[in-house]
Amino acid sequence: MAILTCKDLRFSYDGSTVLEGVNFSLKAGNYLCIVGENGSGKSTLMKGLLGLKAPDAGQIEFGEGLKSTEIGYLPQQTQLQRDFPASVWEVVLSGCLNSLGRRLHYNAEDKKRAEVNIERMGIEELRDKSYQELSGGQQQRVLLARALCATKKMLLLDEPVTGLDPIATGEMYNLIKLVNLCDNITVIMVSHDIHAAARYATHILHLGQKQLFFGTAAQYRESDLARRFLGGNRL
Amino acid sequence: MSEFWHLFSFHFMQRALIVGGLISLCAALLGVSLVLKRYSMIGDGLSHVGFGALAIASALHVAPLAVAVPVVVLTAVLLLRLSQNGKIKGDAMIAIISSSALAIGVICVSVTTGMNTEVSSYMFGSVLSLSRADAILSGILSAAVLLLFVLFYPRLFAVTFDETFSKATGTRTELYNTLLAVLTAITVVLGMRMMGALLISSLIIFPALSAMRLCRSFKRVVICAACVSLACFVIGVIASYFLETPTGASVVAANLLCFCACCLIGKK
Repeated sequence: MAILTCKDLRFSYDGSTVLEGVNFSLKAGNYLCIVGENGSGKSTLMKGLLGLKAPDAGQIEFGEGLKSTEIGYLPQQTQLQRDFPASVWEVVLSGCLNSLGRRLHYNAEDKKRAEVNIERMGIEELRDKSYQELSGGQQQRVLLARALCATKKMLLLDEPVTGLDPIATGEMYNLIKLVNLCDNITVIMVSHDIHAAARYATHILHLGQKQLFFGTAAQYRESDLARRFLGGNRL
Repeated sequence: MSEFWHLFSFHFMQRALIVGGLISLCAALLGVSLVLKRYSMIGDGLSHVGFGALAIASALHVAPLAVAVPVVVLTAVLLLRLSQNGKIKGDAMIAIISSSALAIGVICVSVTTGMNTEVSSYMFGSVLSLSRADAILSGILSAAVLLLFVLFYPRLFAVTFDETFSKATGTRTELYNTLLAVLTAITVVLGMRMMGALLISSLIIFPALSAMRLCRSFKRVVICAACVSLACFVIGVIASYFLETPTGASVVAANLLCFCACCLIGKK
């Protein structure tokens, strides 16, 4: 059974279509990379999946009891956040926001979940540090731990390695893959890094204001589109 | 020394310390969120609108707070909407609204009463301007602000830190932004009677900035800002009594000194 199905999705801003003809479906545990140039509709599709933007046509269906508010989202960082006075613990715990429901404050279960995810990301020793004092790679781990607090089933990552050095980038990709494999969490990642996408992902969705390709990473590597997009170099 | 304790036996002084203390607390708590969300200018804009509303109220001989509270609350909601969706961007919009409101207020004053002490007390504040009814209303409203802040603390933190994430996980961020704006509006109106329209925004901004020099976690920043705000207010009011300086200005001066001290300590 599919965890996510998109049927004939179309999105527009102020009446002009920015993305159309999106049709794909994912099973639990898949790792999808959404690639495409700037303005290809990647962020629009992501907003659609998160329920922040309604599609003009088509449907987004979640399976296996997933709701759009139960997706663990890792947004791109804003300048505002980089120097925000908050402890790592406070940031990770805020990922439990969607399980508050009618409660006003976090309970023991929420705190336990935050602890577990801090351990999972290997950032125990940073727990009481201030978010603004961390390196870029450490900040991304904190945000990934927060995203994991918000979900049991699906992660949505918006260019998670932007601005990271090669070592931190590699570590981040490995962590994401680990979560994907060990916990069977479906991963959807928007990325510019097509080489990493083809290496780590199980599926690729290539957008260019419409759906240019959807299939497994292996199929993508063989496609003409991938060759053209990579400037003639085969992966 | 006996003169010092004598100070607290005056009714107006007790009233000023209690009401002002509550307002300082509210301003500091809200200020942390506003400063971090880059909404500092909203407090400033709202105080000018408050001045306009108070001027009109005094021209019409109606209770000042009864006019100013709804007008400023409405403006706050409007400013928030406009800064998010409007064609004119946030800071420009605030400048337009605040200077227009100030202009209307000044015109209103000049054609009716002229620049009397009452109007001057709106601009620069006065501890004596608090009536008993004002004091009671201020007390109730600031208690409500404090309570709401404590109750919704986890959500307010999440919305302040990362609005997109909060929205994506199903939090009604507009609701909490509006809540912040409305609470700020109420605090500004209540505070401006004592602090003055031109000085109230410092009560919102200074404690948060001072606290951020010293503390590195959100909860500590909030608690530290509240303490700093309360301490600076009390010191400012007492200093103004002995030095015979205006209350609002003295409180701002105390905050400025505190901010400088925090910068020095924080650098080490």
